[in-house]
Amino acid sequence: MSAAITIERILALQARYTRCIDNNALEEWPDLFADECLYVVTTAENHRNGYPSGIIYADTKNMLVDRVTALRQANVYEKQSYRHILGLPNVTKNDDAGAESETPFLVVRIMHDGQTSIFATGVYLDTYRNAGSDLKFGRRIAVCDSSRIDTLLALPL
Amino acid sequence: MNVNIAPGSIPNAPEPMEWPEGTLTRVPYWVYQSPEVTALEQQRLFEGPVWNFLCLEAEVGKPGDYRTTFVGAMPVIVARDFDDEIYAFENRCAHRGALIALDGGGHARDFTCVYHAWNYDLKGNLKAVAFEDGVNGKGGMGKTFCRADHGPRKLRIALFCGLVFGSLSDDVPPIEEYLGEEVARLIKRVLHKPVVVTGRYTQMLPNNWKLYFENVKDTYHASLLHTFFTTFRINRLSQRGGMVVSPDGGNHASFSFIDTKNNETNYAAMGIRSENEGFALKDPSLLEVVDEFNDGCQMQILTVFPNFVLQQIQNALAVRQVLPAGQTETALNWTTFGFADDTPEMARLRLRQNNLAGPAGYVSMEDGAVGGFVQRGIAAASGERAVLEMGGSSTANEGTRATEASVRGFWKRYRGLMGI
Repeated sequence: MSAAITIERILALQARYTRCIDNNALEEWPDLFADECLYVVTTAENHRNGYPSGIIYADTKNMLVDRVTALRQANVYEKQSYRHILGLPNVTKNDDAGAESETPFLVVRIMHDGQTSIFATGVYLDTYRNAGSDLKFGRRIAVCDSSRIDTLLALPL
Repeated sequence: MNVNIAPGSIPNAPEPMEWPEGTLTRVPYWVYQSPEVTALEQQRLFEGPVWNFLCLEAEVGKPGDYRTTFVGAMPVIVARDFDDEIYAFENRCAHRGALIALDGGGHARDFTCVYHAWNYDLKGNLKAVAFEDGVNGKGGMGKTFCRADHGPRKLRIALFCGLVFGSLSDDVPPIEEYLGEEVARLIKRVLHKPVVVTGRYTQMLPNNWKLYFENVKDTYHASLLHTFFTTFRINRLSQRGGMVVSPDGGNHASFSFIDTKNNETNYAAMGIRSENEGFALKDPSLLEVVDEFNDGCQMQILTVFPNFVLQQIQNALAVRQVLPAGQTETALNWTTFGFADDTPEMARLRLRQNNLAGPAGYVSMEDGAVGGFVQRGIAAASGERAVLEMGGSSTANEGTRATEASVRGFWKRYRGLMGI
């Protein structure tokens, strides 16, 4: 019998997620997902049209690990960080089969020279899974309101 | 010099606006900075004798479907009429110049300008003028007004392998001749059956459009800037590959074949950063390639002057449309696609491999930023010039990708059209 998925546990996972990215602790990021997971960054237009392609698309946990490895070892981008500001999760489903929520996000990007801009806004469409005593994301679709990405998307949203 | 601009009127150019003499191996930096150059490009290049990529035929698949796009700065509507033909015309009402269509696309029987309700058919013909005969016998258009004399500018259309191209020029050659035999063949190689769109997004680049178009043609940088590629032996300059450049210089294709036996020593010997030993993917299935074109070619990047890119990176397929947004910004419109007969496994493989390209692409995210590095680097260097001598000074086809032949080809074509 696994623990009930309470709003407190959902909030704690959401908070851990943003802290992990904003504090540059990307190595911890994949562990916030269940072993079987899906992480996609897409746009509202693509989501509305049913277009499956993502700007980032990972359907295994190892792909999340590889994304971090690539960012650390292979890819070239100017030093930058995000500040995630989340709205309140709207829990749209919570029953024996699991929980789902929609959580608005605003991501500010801070470049190494101080240039600060609103980089993305949108909503996280999440499902949750119990993994032992931990709550993890089964699926996290970051649906960006805008179809425009400025320059590049290095760090995950 | 054959331009309409008075010498010395270009603030960012050394006086007068002259190209460094001689070869195609020098590019003056003012060409990326000057508003006058941007204005001249609209007139001579985008509205000149070129084929601008507009959209995929699949995006206007049914009669009544339309998309809005641009030819340089010119807003354009592309529509499929009920005669099943595709038409394109300037998205500008003949009355006061307002946009006729305000959204990115959809389905319509006709278009009505919101400002004064002038109405157009899907071919861009002005069909109705609100209150043309006045109200209660008063007002209305003058007796000499003839609707047929008024309308947005119409584009010529060329269809090739499901690609929709448009031109404002009556002098542009037929599309196959324009592409050149080899580039046309390599488009057919990829776009050989019906496609389905799987996603669309826009990447805003902080640089002049030419810096991006050069970047795509530049095979020299690929294995040096993009370390993800080289580490997994997808794109080493030492592997079998090459490029073709169309006779006029404007179009190109570069391609590579995996050759795992090839020597790996060059990068290590030169101490180049791309050599990154010991880097392994935890999910290498991302790089499992299906040889879907049955020719062993792992990667083909192809450009058509002035604004089209066709991408095959393994099984990640996309078209990219390059649109200028002023001197120092570019909209890069990506459309990812697969084929209508893809199996579920193939469709999933494409979704996974799409991680390789795009704004977050393992092998291309750097291209989103590197044009901005140049634009910022040359901020005070309008009188200086770039050097393009890799592979000599010609634009000829080469059996290597350690060359800048296709970048020189771009400038040959560009200068020919611009008259500079």
